[in-house]
Amino acid sequence: MMNVKTLKIVDNKMKSKLRISGSEAVVRCLIAEGVNTIYGYPGGAIMPVYDELFKFQNEIQHVLTRHEQGATHAAQGYARASGKVGVAIATSGPGATNLITGIADAQIDSTPMICITGQVGSHLLGTDAFQETDIIGISTPVTKWNHQITKASEIPEVMAKAFYIARTGRPGPIVIDITKDAQFEMFDFSYEKCTGIRSYIPVPETKPNTLKTAAKLINAAKKPLIIWGQGVILSEAESELKAVIEKTGIPSAWTIMGASAIATSHPLNMGMVGMHGNYAPNVLTNECDVLIAIGMRFDDRVTGKLETYAKQAKVIHFEIDPAEVDKNVKTEVAILGDAKNSLQALLPLLNKNEHGKWLKKFKDLYTIEYEKVINNDLFPTKEGITMGEVIKEINKQSKGQAAIVSDVGQHQMIACRYAEFNVTKSNITSGGLGTMGFALPAAIGAKMAVPEREVVAIIGDGGYQMTIQELGTIFQTKVPVKIVVLNNDFLGMVRQWQQLFFDKRYASTEIENPDFIAIAKGYSINARKVTKRKDIASAVEEMMTSKAAYFLEVSVEKEDNVFPMIPTGASVSEIRLS
Amino acid sequence: MNVEIKEKQSYTISVYTENNIGLLNRISAIFQRRHINIESLNTSVSEIDGVSRFTIVVFIPEEQMKKIIGQIEKQVEVIKAYYHTDEETIYQESCLFKIKSDLLFEDRQIQNIIKDSNARIITVNRDFFVLEKSGRRNEIELLYRELSAFGILQFTRSGRIAVTKERMEISKMLAAFNY
Repeated sequence: MMNVKTLKIVDNKMKSKLRISGSEAVVRCLIAEGVNTIYGYPGGAIMPVYDELFKFQNEIQHVLTRHEQGATHAAQGYARASGKVGVAIATSGPGATNLITGIADAQIDSTPMICITGQVGSHLLGTDAFQETDIIGISTPVTKWNHQITKASEIPEVMAKAFYIARTGRPGPIVIDITKDAQFEMFDFSYEKCTGIRSYIPVPETKPNTLKTAAKLINAAKKPLIIWGQGVILSEAESELKAVIEKTGIPSAWTIMGASAIATSHPLNMGMVGMHGNYAPNVLTNECDVLIAIGMRFDDRVTGKLETYAKQAKVIHFEIDPAEVDKNVKTEVAILGDAKNSLQALLPLLNKNEHGKWLKKFKDLYTIEYEKVINNDLFPTKEGITMGEVIKEINKQSKGQAAIVSDVGQHQMIACRYAEFNVTKSNITSGGLGTMGFALPAAIGAKMAVPEREVVAIIGDGGYQMTIQELGTIFQTKVPVKIVVLNNDFLGMVRQWQQLFFDKRYASTEIENPDFIAIAKGYSINARKVTKRKDIASAVEEMMTSKAAYFLEVSVEKEDNVFPMIPTGASVSEIRLS
Repeated sequence: MNVEIKEKQSYTISVYTENNIGLLNRISAIFQRRHINIESLNTSVSEIDGVSRFTIVVFIPEEQMKKIIGQIEKQVEVIKAYYHTDEETIYQESCLFKIKSDLLFEDRQIQNIIKDSNARIITVNRDFFVLEKSGRRNEIELLYRELSAFGILQFTRSGRIAVTKERMEISKMLAAFNY
């Protein structure tokens, strides 16, 4: 049932009509929605909007990235660190198509983002005009919603809808394509925030009996396991989740996107599930009797082989998006709705409990993982530096307070496995799409969103070079992000797979790298390279105490592998330790 | 997933939507992405003012059908989507045949075929006549086979249109929003 009323709140400041251009309207809409930072790159078809951004520069900071992809990732980083809608802006044609990777990333990782693109004049649509691209057609499969504006008068309503859709329900990216004539056109402007769309139910109704059924199953469970995902962070249900975990004593694990919702050191936090997750929660997924999934979507990297995934367990799924229920894993009971509200309502129905014997199994398996993997990663005795010991040093010096922005590959898995999270929204990474090049621009956006926090980007030598041009953005804005490149002169994750599954045929994974220090210095960014273990601590200290941006390159062991590992097509309980 | 071993069958999907440019693209992409062939697709107005209705026919297992409905309903401008089996709907297709006029006068048999099939002549001129037939797919196919012996100048068949036996409470949903 549709339970949303159409209530339109008229923003009093905007009540009197103004006769302005479409492009000025775009900027005024952004201001009305509370936007103060946007990322973008100018070009022909978006010039009228840029002209207005120039006039409104005291109210909105426009950050010139060095590539439109960087603008989207920066907007994503901004959104992920703050929980607000990120905004990116680009011109038509190549400007618009360069946004697509970031849009796809935001779609699969449910990140609220609005991308505004310029478009050729409406009389030129479909004529193959200069820099004309059907960005609506191209972006349709990777947006939550998109819309092309050809008349200035449509701008306020479409912008209002865009913000409403982007941030409500399961968040996602939106593209608004505005023809150049609509940007120039004068019209009577007024702005009303959108509070409901009749065809769109952002949060489905939670049925009280589903909560009761779930509580009964949880209360009766002997070996329950909670797996939470990003839904907990998106609905700001961190304290509700913590209350449920602590009352029931249920061991709890997280997907990569859920990392940091509960502190790493919490005694019931059992670590990460999935391909390179922790040993215990993966193995015991196939032993638990009740699996409680909260705001996660059973991605294949989490489940491994579905046919053998948690078959013995009754699955309870807390989910805001009805399309995710029973998509990959059959549920016993699905609790639709917002995780925060659902967990709040669930808590009084739950019995206080402890699961000592069951918890011991997790501890025993952790001990095995510690001896076989973790100890070697964090306290290596070999000569080469491990990625893990660098993360350990960052934990120590940041006191686990930093937001970690990781790229994609081995270093990402190591960062997520070993980073100490004490604050929510501290793990900003490309989980679903696996976009190399995400971290550097995302760290810029994250630092601008939460300037009071330390933001550390952990990047591999491969991904770093995919968006390395954003050093220019750091140079120009002086945003004090800390950049750590863990350099093994390989595309390490692919090399690991080549070693394990392709008889060590290292096809195109060996990289000859440039002098990263010289490059950083070219952008006037303080930089240091570490090749010896004894220098790690002082270098990390220098980085963490730096007031300005800082680049740290660490030469790590070239052919280290990330373990544990669930090989593709294997069951979660077949996770390998070596 | 053991979707593949589940039995495929024909489903009629009814999608009530806002009338927006680009929504057809959004909906058809859901099928394309999953490598599902759309057997037929029709868009029209619906019984509700300003609300469009898509009628889509696919041949897939029910488990997959349910997931597809979820994906369709997830689209912001989709109001509601339903799926039904053939038994749960009253459905029709429509087709047009263009045939040489001489045959109508020279061949008795054609007249009988037209009469027996409940087809309707829409227009006749010196050169050709146009025959319209609405009905189930097999009736249209039978007529096609019978007429093809005489030579068909042009043939086209519409997508399926269907109404359901059960009620679809769209108006109620929309009323709840507007009060």
